[in-house]
Amino acid sequence: MLRACLRGANATARNHCRRSPGTSLQHCRHYTAGESSSGASKVIATGLLTVSGGVGGTILYAKWDHKFRAAVEKNVPYSDRLLGLALGPAPQDVGLPVKNQVELAQPPSMMEKQVKAPKAKSEKKVKDSAGSPAKEPSPVVTQPAQSIEEMSQEASAEATHIISAISEVPSVPAPCDTEAAAVKEECKECHDHKDTPAAVHPNAESPSAAEPLKERPVEEVAARLAQQDQEEQDILASVSASLEESLASSAKATLQAIGAQEAALQAITQHTHKLKEAMEAEVPPQEKSAQWKDLEAALADRTCSVNDAGTALLKANEALGALRSVIDDSKGLKIAAVHPLVLAAEENLHNMIVDLDKVVTKVQSAESEAKIVSQYSELVNEAKQQFQREVSSLTPEIQANWKGLTGKLSADDLNALIAHAHRRIDQLNRELAEQRVREQIHIDAALEQQKLEDQKALEKAVNTSLQHVKEDARLEQERKLAELREVMEAEMRTQLRRQAAAHTDHVQDVLKVQEQELRAEADQVLSSKMLEQETRYRQLNQEQLDNFTLDMNTAYARLKGMEEAIDSHVVAEEEARRAHQLWLSVEALNYTLKTADADVPTVPLKSAAEAVRDSCHDNDFAMALASALPEESLHRGVYSEASLRARFNSLRSLARRVALIDESHNSLYQYFLSYLQAALLFEDKQEAPPTQLSREDLDPFKLLSYASYCLEHGDLELAAKLVNQLRGEARRVVEDWLTEARLTLETRQVVSLLSAYANAVGLGTTQAP
Amino acid sequence: MSEKELGKKWDRCLADGAIKLGTGLGLGIVFSVLFFKRHTWPISLGSGAGLGMAYANCQNDLRSHYLLHKSEKVGCRSAFVRTCVSCCERVEKLTNFVNNCVR
Repeated sequence: MLRACLRGANATARNHCRRSPGTSLQHCRHYTAGESSSGASKVIATGLLTVSGGVGGTILYAKWDHKFRAAVEKNVPYSDRLLGLALGPAPQDVGLPVKNQVELAQPPSMMEKQVKAPKAKSEKKVKDSAGSPAKEPSPVVTQPAQSIEEMSQEASAEATHIISAISEVPSVPAPCDTEAAAVKEECKECHDHKDTPAAVHPNAESPSAAEPLKERPVEEVAARLAQQDQEEQDILASVSASLEESLASSAKATLQAIGAQEAALQAITQHTHKLKEAMEAEVPPQEKSAQWKDLEAALADRTCSVNDAGTALLKANEALGALRSVIDDSKGLKIAAVHPLVLAAEENLHNMIVDLDKVVTKVQSAESEAKIVSQYSELVNEAKQQFQREVSSLTPEIQANWKGLTGKLSADDLNALIAHAHRRIDQLNRELAEQRVREQIHIDAALEQQKLEDQKALEKAVNTSLQHVKEDARLEQERKLAELREVMEAEMRTQLRRQAAAHTDHVQDVLKVQEQELRAEADQVLSSKMLEQETRYRQLNQEQLDNFTLDMNTAYARLKGMEEAIDSHVVAEEEARRAHQLWLSVEALNYTLKTADADVPTVPLKSAAEAVRDSCHDNDFAMALASALPEESLHRGVYSEASLRARFNSLRSLARRVALIDESHNSLYQYFLSYLQAALLFEDKQEAPPTQLSREDLDPFKLLSYASYCLEHGDLELAAKLVNQLRGEARRVVEDWLTEARLTLETRQVVSLLSAYANAVGLGTTQAP
Repeated sequence: MSEKELGKKWDRCLADGAIKLGTGLGLGIVFSVLFFKRHTWPISLGSGAGLGMAYANCQNDLRSHYLLHKSEKVGCRSAFVRTCVSCCERVEKLTNFVNNCVR
């Protein structure tokens, strides 16, 4: 057919080519081929270009957009390989490492808080920011942190916050000295050892704080406390001893200094007094020299005493300095019991300083007075000497002691003397006037000087008094502080006592409650055990009773069983007899079926059926079956399968010949056609029928071959069914055969049922030996 | 036997055909000799008529089963149907009984 088409196409092409003038077939074909080839190449090229463009664009876009790449890989098979080749493996999700980082950050903070607590030595750095400890253990901790699962992320964050909050809250301050430097340290240490509420010695505690946080046993605590107390006592004793010593020495030195100063004061006042006397009093010359001698003695005395006072003062200052240093040292020890001693020592020191200063000021004022008086005496002496010189210059021959020369003087000398005196008086008057004039200025200058000196003195006095006042205030404050501390201690002690009392009450209550609970529990246990025992006893009783009843029942049942068995034996024997009879009659019926020869039906089954009916009067099933035998078989008998088979073989050719004839096709011509078909058509003599018949299988020839096969293999039923499918004339032809076959089948079915039933009954009643 | 019917029909057909052909031929010859100056046409007419009649008879006979006669219309058919139905009923009753007993 294809060749025909090609030939036709070629012929038409040839015709077309012939129609076009002057062109040969070859050229025609060539041109068309050429044109088509160039067009094809164009198409191919554009196609390739488009495809490559599409693929390249997809790859580029996939490189840029990962979601698109994922979508393409999911939807298009094998695209993941191509994209992997082109772009490399798909990138992992970026969000996950960030999450991991966050998780890592959270648990390390939790871990390092836990690590920090046992490390008591790092308490020194507690006050530093919490960030610095985080950096130290974080590299160590990242490994275990990575094993922590994501689900605990939130929980760990919360725990972190809680733990950090707990660690940063300042613990309850124990009654330590509130020194600014190491307060938190001491407090943390105190908090760690909650069972040492008494005064804690921090230095002794710090080595013990290196242990892990656990409560130490009571004996250890008591021992430690005793040790601490002992140490305290020792130090106290030493400190008090040193303080007393230094106090005593400084007191002695101060007293000495004060004494010396007072002596000096006395000497100075004495000397001043004597000087004043010497200046003012008009005494005879012998007494004057005695007076001057006294004065000199007094001066010597004064200088000596002043020197002594100075040295004593120095000594006293030294002693006081030493005392101060001792006081500072003892303050540095920071023991509470030392404090009142220190306070007392400080007060004493202060008093001594105050006294010393007072005496020193007295001495200084006396000295200043003395200075004034000595200045005055010097001036007077100077004036006297001046006058003496003037007089001697005027009257050189006259001696110094001119008072005794009243008669020796001449009038000239006297005049000169009087003139000199007048001149002197004028001069002095002038000087006086000048002095009066400059009085104010001198007074002002003097006042100024005095003011300055007064200012200086005032300042000095103010400073010293300020210092004294400050010292006083400080001492007062310290005293008040000590008092307050004592009060607080007492208060704390009462509170603690109260707490202890409350605790004992609470413990008593709890113990009472526990006792009750335990008692109730014990009662309950006892009652349950009793109940158990009782129930067990009852159970055993019941069991015994039950067993006895059971035994009785079984014995009775056995007896009954035996009686029944004997009865049923008889019945069973009867049954067996009847079953045997039935079986025999059924066998007889079966035998009659076999009496069929070729083309001769069997003996009529009437008698055998009668026998069967007789032998199963009371059996409905067998009666029904026996009466279900068809009438024909009873009166005439049935054909055997072999005869039916032989008949079928002869029928088959006939049926083949009239295969085309039915209601509508039954003219003679149709008969001729049917005969022709039967002559020309060949089919299998026997063909195995399929399990399901389709429309093609309803062809009469096929059906006949299936039926043949079935008959050859002994399946009469299937053969009858297949033959039943014939239609039209063929069906009419095989109608009788079909009826016979049905009859045979029916009879055989009934007989087989009966025999099966008889066998079953027989088996049922048969008793094994 | 239903398979022998067709054979019988064919026998009748042939016999009938032979008779009619012979008769036709004979009458044709007679008429040709007697009335139609020994033309062949009456012979062929006669034999043809005879053959045609035989053909028609045969066809009718073979068809006779499929043609419904006025009187027998319902009766024949219904008898056949009735026998089929009774057979089916019997088989059905038997199988039901067997099923009940087995149960």
